[in-house]
Amino acid sequence: MTANGFAVIVRRDLRLAARRRIDAILPVAFFIVAASLFPLGVGPETQVLRQIGPGIVWVCALLATMLSLNSLFAGDHADGSLEQMLLSGHSGILIAAAKAFAHWLLTGVPLIVASPLLGLLFDMNWEAVVTMCFTLLLGTPILSLMGGVGAALTLGLRSAGVLLLLLVLPLCIPALIFGAGAVAAVDAGLSARGHMSLLGALLLLTILGAPLATAAALRISTA
Amino acid sequence: MSTSFRLFTFAAPSRFYALTGALTPWLWGLTIALAAAGLYIGFFVAPTDATQGEAYRIIFIHVPAAWMSMLLYLVMAGWAAVGWAFNARLASMVARAIAPTGAMFTFLALWTGSFWGKPTWGTWWVWDARLTSELILLFLYLGFIALTEAIDDVRRADHAGALLAVIGAVNVPIIYFSVRWWNTLHQGATISMAAAPKMASTMLTAMLLMTIAFWAYAFAVVFMRARAVVLEREKHTDWARDACQGTSGATGAR
Repeated sequence: MTANGFAVIVRRDLRLAARRRIDAILPVAFFIVAASLFPLGVGPETQVLRQIGPGIVWVCALLATMLSLNSLFAGDHADGSLEQMLLSGHSGILIAAAKAFAHWLLTGVPLIVASPLLGLLFDMNWEAVVTMCFTLLLGTPILSLMGGVGAALTLGLRSAGVLLLLLVLPLCIPALIFGAGAVAAVDAGLSARGHMSLLGALLLLTILGAPLATAAALRISTA
Repeated sequence: MSTSFRLFTFAAPSRFYALTGALTPWLWGLTIALAAAGLYIGFFVAPTDATQGEAYRIIFIHVPAAWMSMLLYLVMAGWAAVGWAFNARLASMVARAIAPTGAMFTFLALWTGSFWGKPTWGTWWVWDARLTSELILLFLYLGFIALTEAIDDVRRADHAGALLAVIGAVNVPIIYFSVRWWNTLHQGATISMAAAPKMASTMLTAMLLMTIAFWAYAFAVVFMRARAVVLEREKHTDWARDACQGTSGATGAR
């Protein structure tokens, strides 16, 4: 029953996104456009670009995820279906986890798929690109889960968009440090295992804690 | 007038208001006296450092401010959590009152650290783990203040702020242990409980005096701000209206 509820919510969010395809593409479009601005600002020297590439890809992934978070609960809150979901008898934790998972499928996965392209733009070598994809695979779920907490806290507020950034970005810094650090370590000829392990530990901790916090935040915001 | 004393006597806003009103002048006096003594010892009595010269003297403001910034965050998160869990209104009000003072101390620690870094490291800022964590702490304070101010419903604001503060509290231990985890440019913890103190005893005295002065300051300012919050939220009650009438004595103007 509970696993079924999870699947129902995920499928519903995916179907809603499939009916507004342009909205679903916007985060990844932002990701590519924002990242390709950096060479124009910094200059086209490949040495510099190769060095700052991983960090820029990670920061842009972070921002692209944040920009799409506003609509995570807002639509359901506006038409009342969020309250119905919370009243349905399914636990709030399950709902929060399902919403975050659907958000990751819709924004995190496209970002991971698009990231090798940016790796080529920044002239990163093959090993670094593969490592970057792996760190994003481990890291983007953290962003979706933490973002869910922020989206639930700022539900229905006037300045929700900017406030969400202020709340969630500081909490995502560890993921950014270890994610970009792993790629930098590979570039320097070192092993990325330490960074990967810490990123994995962060992911596990977030999976355990964030849905709980999101459910509590939803209860506070809809009470 | 009952004389029985219970643990939660001062959890009633009216009694809290009276108690803190009586304590605040003493706390201000303590702040000024201890800060004057601490600054005098720190700037005139303590010896010059062998390697850093006179520049190290900013430590007497920098280190207590950094301590307070981290401690106040935990205290704020603790009171906010109590207010959320037990629906204790006064605890939430105190948490709201602590936030600006904590943010001020965090900013002070960063600012004085920058002044200290220029002559000793030759740069205003390094992206070292401890500096970065302190900067993140400032962002967390600002996030708490922004979130609680953005929500009009007082109850929801208190509870949402509490949740955010508890999540952010995970960050404070990271600040403290980051020195051991990432070993970079920043010098190790200045005072260690395990090893014998490496500082001259006058330096330690000055630092402890400044720390207690900052504690007294934090109490005084938080009490003053909390009193204002209490009056604002209890404005529908008779005692709050009487308190607002002025110090000329409660005339009982209903």
